[in-house]
Amino acid sequence: MIPAAFDYIRATSADEAIAALAEHGDDAKLLAGGHSLLPLMRFRLARPAVVVDIGRLNDLKYIRDEGDHVAIGALTRHRDVETSEVVAAKVGLLGEVTSHVGDPQVRHRGTIGGAVAHGDPASDIPSALIALGAVLVAAGPSGSREISVDDFFAGFLETALSPEEVLTEVRIPATDGAWGFEKFNRRAQDWAIVGCSAAVRADAGVGVALVNMHPTPIRAGATEAALAGGAGAAQAAEVAAEGCDPTEDLNASVEYRQHLARVLTRRALEAAGL
Amino acid sequence: MVVSIMGTRVLRKEDPKLLTVGGTYTADLRDARLEGAAHVCYARASALGAVSGVDVSGALATPGVLGVVTNSDLADFPLQPPQMDLFPEEMLRRSWLVDDAALFVGEPVAAVVAESVVAAVDGAEAVEVIYGGGEPATVIDLEDADGDAEVIFGEVGTNLALNLETVDMSTGFSDGDFFEDCEVVIHQRVENHKVAAVPLEGRSVACCWENGSLTVWMSTQAPHLVQGVFRNVYDLSRKDCRIIAPDVGGGFGQKVNHSQEEMLLPELARRFGRPMRWTETRTENLIGFGHGRAQVQRVTLGGDADGKVRRYRLEVICDSGAYPGVGAFLPYFTHLMASGTYDIAEIETRCRSVVTSTAPTQAYRGAGRPEATAAIERAVDIFAARCGRDPVEVRAQNLIAPERFPVTTAVGTEYDSGEYARALEKALEASGYEDLRREQARRRAEGDPRLLGIGVSCYVEITAGPAPGGKEYAKVEITPEGGARVLSGAFSHGQGHLTTFAMLASDSLGIPIEQVEVIQGDTAQIDKGVGTFGSRSLQLGGSAVCDASNQVIDLARETAADILEAASADVVFDAEKGFHVSGAPAVAVSWADLAERAEAPLSADSNFFAAASYPFGAHVAVVEVDRETGEVTLERMITCDDSGPLLNPMVAEGQRHGGIAQGAAQALIEEMRYDPWGNPVTSTFADYGIISAAELPSFELVVMETPSPHNPLGFKGIGESGTIGSTPAVQSAVVDALAHLGVTHVDIPCTPERVWRALS
Ligand SMILES: Cc1cc2nc3c(=O)[nH]c(=O)nc-3n(C[C@H](O)[C@H](O)[C@H](O)COP(=O)(O)OP(=O)(O)OC[C@H]3O[C@@H](n4cnc5c(N)ncnc54)[C@H](O)[C@@H]3O)c2cc1C
Repeated sequence: MIPAAFDYIRATSADEAIAALAEHGDDAKLLAGGHSLLPLMRFRLARPAVVVDIGRLNDLKYIRDEGDHVAIGALTRHRDVETSEVVAAKVGLLGEVTSHVGDPQVRHRGTIGGAVAHGDPASDIPSALIALGAVLVAAGPSGSREISVDDFFAGFLETALSPEEVLTEVRIPATDGAWGFEKFNRRAQDWAIVGCSAAVRADAGVGVALVNMHPTPIRAGATEAALAGGAGAAQAAEVAAEGCDPTEDLNASVEYRQHLARVLTRRALEAAGL
Repeated sequence: MVVSIMGTRVLRKEDPKLLTVGGTYTADLRDARLEGAAHVCYARASALGAVSGVDVSGALATPGVLGVVTNSDLADFPLQPPQMDLFPEEMLRRSWLVDDAALFVGEPVAAVVAESVVAAVDGAEAVEVIYGGGEPATVIDLEDADGDAEVIFGEVGTNLALNLETVDMSTGFSDGDFFEDCEVVIHQRVENHKVAAVPLEGRSVACCWENGSLTVWMSTQAPHLVQGVFRNVYDLSRKDCRIIAPDVGGGFGQKVNHSQEEMLLPELARRFGRPMRWTETRTENLIGFGHGRAQVQRVTLGGDADGKVRRYRLEVICDSGAYPGVGAFLPYFTHLMASGTYDIAEIETRCRSVVTSTAPTQAYRGAGRPEATAAIERAVDIFAARCGRDPVEVRAQNLIAPERFPVTTAVGTEYDSGEYARALEKALEASGYEDLRREQARRRAEGDPRLLGIGVSCYVEITAGPAPGGKEYAKVEITPEGGARVLSGAFSHGQGHLTTFAMLASDSLGIPIEQVEVIQGDTAQIDKGVGTFGSRSLQLGGSAVCDASNQVIDLARETAADILEAASADVVFDAEKGFHVSGAPAVAVSWADLAERAEAPLSADSNFFAAASYPFGAHVAVVEVDRETGEVTLERMITCDDSGPLLNPMVAEGQRHGGIAQGAAQALIEEMRYDPWGNPVTSTFADYGIISAAELPSFELVVMETPSPHNPLGFKGIGESGTIGSTPAVQSAVVDALAHLGVTHVDIPCTPERVWRALS
């Protein structure tokens, strides 16, 4: 339970962090809230030679109402998202989903940027961002770029970020549409066995995404298409697991996961008034 | 008038410290004798199999590492004595560290000794175990082991570690049709899976040598038992082997016995000429030592079509893990308690323990008795269903009647006292059983997707057992100021003896509880002792405190008589005034007066012996099952637990709460699992389902107090009752929720997927 030895750099600005990443390449890892990275390091499943701590980049801790979207700085803690009035009013699904992450201690440490950059299919937050159609902003040595959430998750714990990039902001289109979130787990503070986020977006389309149903966070594309084609919640939920490649683990077989995906999707859609 | 504090909710004396500055656990100790201690980390086998060598060069090259000890370095060091010698010779000869084969994943291979914990961990990571020499025998499932599909100890030729019939710990099955005269006979295979004990503090030891004397600080439940083992291994006199148990953060049976890692530490200290410390990680605790339960049972119950039970057969196969020890012997308790609370004319048991490629099993809260209750309760439920009767009615029909006590069951166990039907009635009444059944009927009729299940279990268990009973030691001294000091051989590691034993001494001696100090956990201060496990402490250790206190009063009477210039026969003691001449309380002698006068300190001790007692009760569980997902929510838990008179109801409630939670957890979530290659896969709290308050309802506790005839105050043990009654009640509730859909049995843990499969 003790990480392998590493060097520690505390970045005082995003640029400094980018420079440190550029210098150390693959050997370096950013440290935000540490609640995904440190457990891996303590089991020595991750052993970065250099840890670049961005936890004190206070200028990346914000929640801004930008009219048609909400901008959230990457270092914003889950707890701040969960309790934000702006989030509640304009991207309510995200606030609800965030309130189901771990326990209060976890939510006081973990950051939205870390939750996204980790690329964990079991994480709840990406499902909200996919359902809501978020855009992610990354800064690197050659400037800043926007990445659609649909292009972001590349594989199990892999994202579109290059080793020199820092995720700086998450932009979520505002909506006053209804939403639903279902998380199925064994114990209150557990990760989801399966989860489902659904949101009626400003363009009246419905976004639906699943937790822990695929090597990456995943959009329930078949369900969205069925809804767009006029299907009701029950019917659309029947195809929720299509296109997903879930794994078997201690909590669930593939078959049971697929079943849960259908049930939870229906419930989430019903909660979203569909 | 002095009001007795017996039976009152005296706040725990230990809590202010625990809740403010916190306890001092072994790993926290700062002690001059441990100055300059080196730290140990054990490199562990990451796979099963024959081992041809251990490469320690990388570890030795790690900065801060002082040295590495493997089994070949320990050739001259005598093997440690086995926990029990009931098993084949070859299974008992366990080497200190992995010798030529790793028999379970997590078995210690090398001790890396270093200047710091960090260096020790780095060094252990660099130890390379060289596997080679054929395919390992890999037997994970205990029924596979029982069939000798593959044999782990080739020389023994079978995985059978112990057939309990051969040592008269089970009856065996007779030839012929045992159930011939029964109208209804039911049969069920029942799993009672492996769980981990999960004390919040894991194993931890520190030790030092001073001029040939050994001092060991250890997180243990039984300092004096452990002292015996250290003395044996290191050939030390009692005075040269001091065991100190500081605050201990739970044990649940896991810390009654000793492990390789702990016992080897003084040898490492001797070799390296340094005090030595070892504290395990959570993962080591989960995979290394001491899983519990681990039985597969086959129950067959027969009787009349009207619900009268006549005959019962129980077959138990128990998983002892790779090296048989206490775990392999626990089916004896399952046999002893086979009859449960029921009047059954004929019972046969067949119990055996087999080795598997998993960590050794140990006693875990209840230790063999929960398994007995689970078996008979499942059988009675299924029997009742087959008879078309309400499970509560069939129970009531078969419970042992109060006028029969003391009563000997068909397996020969003598229950001391009990009012089983009343416990059941009280629990049912508190639950509103009839209303619950009505609500269930309504939901079923309306096709409500939230299925309601009501489960009932009746239990009786054995504490301070088995026969002939047990002993515990206490000494009571009067201090010069007139207070009292209690030295106890029991060892509270959460149970609250510092409060409850002080209450007993205070009540006997009439000394305010604030002036009574309870000392425990140090073999240098306390001459004898056994320890705290098997719910034995109050009835034995507490009775010893009362006995010693009464002896002190008798001793003091002489001195008091001198002071009062009266014949000692005329001197009486009352808790309020002290000693005075009968009928003349105005002139009294206090403990302080006596302490001043006495030449030697006033003290007496007691090695109190009593026969086992039999706590009992009834639990009612109410669950909701989500018909679509199979998710089970425990909505209510109503328990009536009778452990005799309650010395401190608050402390007893604490014991019940924890027990009920652990029992419910086994029914719903907790399970220690291995993959087919022998890798423990529930090795962190992310995967091992330790339960939390969020998954549990507020428990509804019903009080009942039926004394045991075996000790003066009538105490029985309360430590394990909660665990014993709750698992079958919760399981029964889950099955009950599904019963109208044709489901008759669901094995524990009743995970959502299992329930979903039962539903589909
Ligand atoms: C006990 C426990 C329970 C949890 N339960 C849940 C749960 O139920 N649901 C859930 O969704 N999550 C859960 N989590 C995870 C939690 O939400 C984490 O905080 C989150 O996943 C990661 O955020 P972090 O800030 O801690 O990231 P870190 O651990 O600091 O970093 C994670 C990864 O992202 C990278 N990274 C971090 N920030 C950036 C950035 N700005 N730019 C580029 N890369 C970056 C790091 O280099 C690292 O690789 C749990 C965690 C714990 C410890």
